[in-house]
Amino acid sequence: MSRTLKGPEEELSPTLQVSKVSESVEIERPTEVKDIPPAKLSIRNLEAWFGTKRALKGINLDVRENSITAFIGPSGCGKTTLIRCLNRMHEMTPGASAKGQAILDGMDMYDAKVDPVTIKRRIGMVFQKPNPFPTMSIYDNVAAGLKLNGIKDKKLIDDIVRESLEGAVLWEEVKNELNKPGMGLSGGQQQRLCIARALAMQPEILLMDEPTSALDPIASSKIEELVHGMKKDLTVVIVTHNMQQAARVSDYTAFMYLGELIEYGDTKQIFENPRMELTERYISGKFG
Amino acid sequence: MNSATLKDDHQERRKKLSNLLLSKKKPMDRAFFGIVLGAAGYTLFLVALIVYAVGDGSTEIFSYEGLEFFTGTDWNAVYGREAFGALPYIIGTLVTAGIAMVIGVPVSIGIAVFLSEISPPRISTPLSFVIELLAAVPSIVYGLWALFVFRFWIVDLIEKPLYNAFGDWIPFFGKTPFGLDVFTAGIVLSIMIIPIISAISRELLKAVPDTQREAAYSLGATRWETLRIAVFPYVKSGLFGAAFLGLGRAVGETILVTMVIGNAVGVNAIPTSLFSQSQTLASVIANEFNEAASSLHLSALIGLGVVLLMLTMAINIGGMLLLSRMVKVSPGVRE
Repeated sequence: MSRTLKGPEEELSPTLQVSKVSESVEIERPTEVKDIPPAKLSIRNLEAWFGTKRALKGINLDVRENSITAFIGPSGCGKTTLIRCLNRMHEMTPGASAKGQAILDGMDMYDAKVDPVTIKRRIGMVFQKPNPFPTMSIYDNVAAGLKLNGIKDKKLIDDIVRESLEGAVLWEEVKNELNKPGMGLSGGQQQRLCIARALAMQPEILLMDEPTSALDPIASSKIEELVHGMKKDLTVVIVTHNMQQAARVSDYTAFMYLGELIEYGDTKQIFENPRMELTERYISGKFG
Repeated sequence: MNSATLKDDHQERRKKLSNLLLSKKKPMDRAFFGIVLGAAGYTLFLVALIVYAVGDGSTEIFSYEGLEFFTGTDWNAVYGREAFGALPYIIGTLVTAGIAMVIGVPVSIGIAVFLSEISPPRISTPLSFVIELLAAVPSIVYGLWALFVFRFWIVDLIEKPLYNAFGDWIPFFGKTPFGLDVFTAGIVLSIMIIPIISAISRELLKAVPDTQREAAYSLGATRWETLRIAVFPYVKSGLFGAAFLGLGRAVGETILVTMVIGNAVGVNAIPTSLFSQSQTLASVIANEFNEAASSLHLSALIGLGVVLLMLTMAINIGGMLLLSRMVKVSPGVRE
């Protein structure tokens, strides 16, 4: 037990001590994995607080480009806090703060000079509960981010709205009722509308915080399918409390416990051959 | 204890329970139903009573003046020369309430936004408490303060500079100001309605789910843009309701206005400038009720009550129509 609770820093290779922002850090991983995509987002010593309570205790992790990374772990392990740190959403909560580095293509988004607003334009987010804007039509919901950022070209917006809805596998269902309110859709459709809304911003990374937890199994599997299809265009990070979902959908899996990253690696390896006893116990349903 | 007696016990108990469970007598339920029905019926009864009382009391003036009561500008209670026209007071009411709204609504929404969206709890909690306290201050207290303190500030700091700068060529700022006028009344009214509108607006804004704000933030919205695309649309109808509640109070406010509006009578009460003396429907009633000697004069004052009632009803209906045109979203599926 004492071994499994060691901090993630000690488990990682010594090269972890990063000095330069651009330096990519190798994370120890199973030998059978050959082509590791480059890191899109490097998280270094990331800590997060709610008031004086530390929710993340120094996370180090590389999110790989054009792949799907899942964060799993029992309730309260910090997986949602971690994903909310990756677009600087965490600090929007009153009393919450974060420090450390999250390096997106060589730029540390926690650098004092970086405006959190610009980060969110590059990194999209989908939330636990579908949250379309209730007073907007389906079309306006998808176009909201574009209009917000000053895009006025009607033709361009039309094209992006269509593309995004297609990307979210919703186009066929709503193409004849784009002017109806987004709230009139079913829960699963609303969540796909929110995905389309995020996709319309052409994000480089899409963060999904338990996107299917409020949905029925059929709606969930639709979302899983579409997430799987998205990785050719962008990098996806998904938080899930559903281990089967993580196993089905992700390429890499990070297991978290009590605010620490316990184990991070290839999804197949994590689920079939976890290195840490704690991971094994969680995967096999012995706790959590 | 063997199984047979256990079974018997069980059946015995069921019998007892079913007698209780299936009995139709639920006296509390009926009493409760009666109480809430009575409470609801009371409002209808009250409206009927008011309509009857003002209708009955105002028949005399309406048969004397006819529709001229609404359009006439003279107001004279002297025996033999009676003339009663409510138009100046209708205008005075609308102008003072209008000034109060123009100042009060933006300030109130600003306060509410600051309290719910911007300030940390250690500031917003005491400040919210103070605002709720202000909402409970009786209007006569505001009136006394306005009459003895505030109006001199207004004269010296706002009215005189405006008059000196524009008075000669913009009639809107004409008339030598001395502090008891529609402008002062409007400002003091706005001070009175700001706590109410802002307290309600703050509650509304706080009820907007954070998921809505986060949706906007996640699209790269700034704080202001988040308010514009996510928060305000969500509470638009509620904010309108709050503003109309304030308007209702401003239109009907009596004693405060009576103290600071200058109490002009008849055609003189039609404000020609911001610094004109005037009267509102409510302030005329308050001023003259005591000294109404003739039954015609009394009836005229009740007639003003009828006009006031119609005015508030028109404002409320107008507000609802405006609202239903602005908020076109069908309810659909909510969370």
